[in-house]
Amino acid sequence: MLTKNRLLTSTASVVRGCGGWSHANYVPTRRYAEAASPGAEKSKPSPAVTEELKKAWKAVAPILDFPKVPSNFLKQRPPVPATIPAKLTLNFVLPRKSHIEEVDMVTIPASTGVMGVLPGHVPTVVEIKPELLSIQNGAEVTKYVVSGGYAFIHANSVTDIMAEDGYPPENFDIEEAKKALS
Amino acid sequence: MSAPQGAQAVAQVAKGAAPYWRNAGMTYLAYVNACSAHVRNCLKEPFKSQSASREQIHYKFTEWDNGVPSKPVLRSSNPEE
Repeated sequence: MLTKNRLLTSTASVVRGCGGWSHANYVPTRRYAEAASPGAEKSKPSPAVTEELKKAWKAVAPILDFPKVPSNFLKQRPPVPATIPAKLTLNFVLPRKSHIEEVDMVTIPASTGVMGVLPGHVPTVVEIKPELLSIQNGAEVTKYVVSGGYAFIHANSVTDIMAEDGYPPENFDIEEAKKALS
Repeated sequence: MSAPQGAQAVAQVAKGAAPYWRNAGMTYLAYVNACSAHVRNCLKEPFKSQSASREQIHYKFTEWDNGVPSKPVLRSSNPEE
């Protein structure tokens, strides 16, 4: 029993070391599902900066301004809409082209597999594989061969796709690609 | 779990903790630049030379000595110049 526990903890530390992920920069984030649920208002923690605190500060140090707290510098997260939006807000950027518009669906070739993103998709961050990415808006489909990058799908159906480089598939020479792959 | 099995499990988990290019010893930038170079290499002719021309760098060096500039030297990644 004792050896098993020790093994598990050592595994965890090895994993952490290999991933290069440090706990020092961890910022607890509020969960969107909780925020959007009807009981959210009651369960929200009370703010640290209250009027009483400001009054107490004024009493102690009248000539000093109330100090700024991290929430002063934080931009508010955009609110999650109550119903799933009809269109996906796409921010697809390439070095020399961009598609910043509302579309119906995007098919992203993620390293974990090809994923189709519709409005209301679970918030995800994926690494893009060098494959075909397609944007579907009504009847028209635009395709790009993307070499890599990352895609961020947010809870409010805004999809940011930061592609390293990408070109329409018509620009490619298939024979050259087959030769290069072998 | 015996000791060698445990070591194997640890190695597998460690390998799965990072993407394959990290395990191969590359950084993300090295990997993505290699992928992009390959993609650009597979382009058809007008687009291929367009992207190659975008990658060219031109420099103009001017050495200064005692507040006086000497003749500027032009350097380019384009071998013709």
